[in-house]
Amino acid sequence: MGVEGIGQSVVRKEDKRFITGKGKYTDDIKLQGLTQAHFVRSPHAHARIKSIDTSAAKAMPGVVAVLTGSELVGDKIGNLICGWMVHSKDGSPMKMGAFPAMANETVRWVGQAVAVVIAETKNLARDAAEAVVVDYEELQAVVDVREAVKPGAPQLHPEAANNTIYQWSIGDQSATDAAIAGAAHVVTMDIMNNRLVPNPMEPRSAVAQYDSADDHLTLWTTSQNPHVARLLLSAFYNIAPENKLRVIAPDVGGGFGAKIYVYPEEIVCLWAARKIDRPVKWTADRSEAFLTDAHGRDHVSKAELAFDADHKIIGLRVHTYANFGAYMSLFSSSVPTYLYATLLSGQYNIPNIYCEVDGVYTNTVPVDAYRGAGRPEAAFLIERLMETAARQFGMSPADLRRKNFITQFPHQTPVIMTYDTGDFNASLDAAMKAIDYAGFPARKAASAAKGKLRGIGISCYIEACGIAPSKAVGSLGAGVGLWESAEVRVNPVGTVEVLTGSHSHGQGHETTFAQLISTRLGVGIDTVQIIHGDTDKVQFGMGTYGSRSGAVGMSAILKAVEKVEAKARKIAAHLMEAAEGDIVIEGGEVKVAGTDKKMPWALVALAAYTGHNLPDGMEPGLKEGAFYDPTNFTFPAGSYIAEVEIDPDTGKTTVCNFTAADDFGNLMNPMIVEGQVHGGIAQGIGQALLEGTVYTGDGQLLTASYMDYAMPRADDLPSFDIHHTCTPCPGNPLGIKGCGEAGAIGSPPAIINAITDALGHNHIEMPATPDRVWHAIHSRMAAE
Amino acid sequence: MTTVSMTVNGKTVSADVEDRTLLVSFLRETLGLTGTHVGCDTSQCGACVVHIDGRAVKSCTTLAVQAAGTAVTTIEGLSSGGELHPVQAAFRDNHGLQCGFCTPGMIMTSVDIINRHGAHLDEATVRHELEGNICRCTGYHNIVKSVLDAAGRMTTSAAAE
Repeated sequence: MGVEGIGQSVVRKEDKRFITGKGKYTDDIKLQGLTQAHFVRSPHAHARIKSIDTSAAKAMPGVVAVLTGSELVGDKIGNLICGWMVHSKDGSPMKMGAFPAMANETVRWVGQAVAVVIAETKNLARDAAEAVVVDYEELQAVVDVREAVKPGAPQLHPEAANNTIYQWSIGDQSATDAAIAGAAHVVTMDIMNNRLVPNPMEPRSAVAQYDSADDHLTLWTTSQNPHVARLLLSAFYNIAPENKLRVIAPDVGGGFGAKIYVYPEEIVCLWAARKIDRPVKWTADRSEAFLTDAHGRDHVSKAELAFDADHKIIGLRVHTYANFGAYMSLFSSSVPTYLYATLLSGQYNIPNIYCEVDGVYTNTVPVDAYRGAGRPEAAFLIERLMETAARQFGMSPADLRRKNFITQFPHQTPVIMTYDTGDFNASLDAAMKAIDYAGFPARKAASAAKGKLRGIGISCYIEACGIAPSKAVGSLGAGVGLWESAEVRVNPVGTVEVLTGSHSHGQGHETTFAQLISTRLGVGIDTVQIIHGDTDKVQFGMGTYGSRSGAVGMSAILKAVEKVEAKARKIAAHLMEAAEGDIVIEGGEVKVAGTDKKMPWALVALAAYTGHNLPDGMEPGLKEGAFYDPTNFTFPAGSYIAEVEIDPDTGKTTVCNFTAADDFGNLMNPMIVEGQVHGGIAQGIGQALLEGTVYTGDGQLLTASYMDYAMPRADDLPSFDIHHTCTPCPGNPLGIKGCGEAGAIGSPPAIINAITDALGHNHIEMPATPDRVWHAIHSRMAAE
Repeated sequence: MTTVSMTVNGKTVSADVEDRTLLVSFLRETLGLTGTHVGCDTSQCGACVVHIDGRAVKSCTTLAVQAAGTAVTTIEGLSSGGELHPVQAAFRDNHGLQCGFCTPGMIMTSVDIINRHGAHLDEATVRHELEGNICRCTGYHNIVKSVLDAAGRMTTSAAAE
């Protein structure tokens, strides 16, 4: 068995169980005496609950209990919180309306839970839920942010006048105003960023079990961060103290942000399991997922980008309305502020930036982080502006970008971030070469000869991930630190267990983390077990989101394995009577440099555990833990170029070529990295072309199933052409920047820039459906 | 309640089920074969695809009673003798899966596609045929590669026999 180290495209260890149907997801869990929960949900977007009559439901066959929000209040179960404090520009704190796990007075979105039926089977629970009678007094609803802030609009929460959560700002207003006032050119755009539904393929699920003898609860749940879930459930929701609550996130079928948060259903299942003293399972059906998983994006912005006479950017001014939905979800406040406006400088030297963000309640599903979280909105805004500016100036969009690229690092932007390293020209060069940018006019002519419109669009994105330095995010209002922890446990026979606070729900940690150990200790990856997702096994962890598992999670593992190596070197030096500084660990052996003295790794491990012959005063055992707190965000960046062909008769857009050139720093497993980029691009193309979340004016979600919400399918997408450039990240010991979100961040502007290039019509909203594209073509023809 | 009997992965099974029991619930809950997943309930995503008498079928919109008397194969029954089926192996070798949730259905559909098209598969056909299986992780790039690779492996091994 060879060493399968970092940098190699090692085939995934975890795949065997998934391809044979042996994965263990939450809904697969069966327990003795298991009951099934079904939630009664509001059919109204805004209504007062006059009464709830559960008597008929309780009398139905197989019903164990019917519970309502008022009982939840009676048992002092805490309201859901938003864990990131953001202040308005006037200094006042954000306005957080009470968010109970089941509504007992007012419902504020279609799908909000008002009661739960627990029965012997899923079907019986569903039948009985039909018999719960809720008497509602309907109230007027509002779904559009621009309507919600108007005087006289329906008011959601008494805490938030004009439905406004905060009016936040960043940057220097007067300097930016002055720059724009004196500019030679100002490009102004209204930019919408469409609401998306994350849609991990595994619907959310929870199984709660109560052990009355120990007064102990266990929750299996579809979580990206089980320790954070336990912390919230204990400290804020009053479910049980942490030592009496175990949270397990077993195999999780995708997350994309939607599984970061603790949702009402998990709280209710835990609470109910104790109440009825039987295990309770709930699994969302897909429409429930549409109605309850936190949505993403949903920005309405006005942006002005100012240039001097030489086409150098001198200022950017932005106002954004961010739709929060009906309540503040866990990290909702940070997404349109610190994860969005801090990236508005893009890859460009912009001396003055000022951005205002109004956070607004509406009668819609709560909005929170979804793959990219704020950064796609920033990239879309700046990259649409740059493309539009180039068109207005009659310049090549590549040349305008190059003229304004940041080329000196570190670079301090006017909006907090300090970019540590990068080479933006290198990634643009790589992408233009790969897609044969120079050959585009000939391809366009060939399309025109077939009666088709062809367009090409560039997007040069940057993002901040490797989330995040605890001190920095603490100063910005985060309620938690964003370090990661790890433990490396060497067994007496030399095999290794790594316990990590990162959680894998598709990212392949069981392979890449083992590759790191393999590189360091020279052992095969099959002798390394990666353990995650269980609060009883792993001491603590902040979980997986913000492309942090490599840059932060693996750095913690590296720190722990370095401690293991240090101890192993001491033991080996003692056993081989050599100087500790001469000991080298490589290829599964521990050697004395410059001599032929060596011993197998396994014997060093055994010596640590027998304790027969250790240096004086050394503790037996070979197990070390570490916490790693990053010193900065990481800054993955790259250039994406899309080439599309449009059929003017149908308005259908075909993505013909899609090239990505990303700088993720050092790659741990290029195969897995490319897979992450493929998936991100697909979600970005989904946002640009297909995925529209449609509400009626009275708050009914029209797109609440796969019959109505257009998920990207295999025949909607091309194969992707993926390239890498590399400036290693100086901020972490592995030089990793993170790759999980880039695809979703960089791709929407490339697609829309390509479509608008093809149409010669600069404005089209996402998703650019055939209907919208057809109308754009024909309204232009009519105008001509 | 109705007594339903069928062959699942080569074994005869029989159970009393409610008439409205879906085949996927029968497989997952009655038989404990949790490799078959439910992703959407509306016959769109294909996470629930199994084979009935050798044809790919969405088990979330098939009643258990409709499958009475048939031979059902699930992901758990695809490989034999400890050897992976060529489609399973191709998905692993081409990184055709990430979170693994859509994977059983993808693999069962892919086997059916290859059975019907044999060596004549090309990328456009694979993409068209996969229209009824949704994956949110891979962007389909490596799934398409996996299916084409598997088609090659299966036609080569069929030619050798």
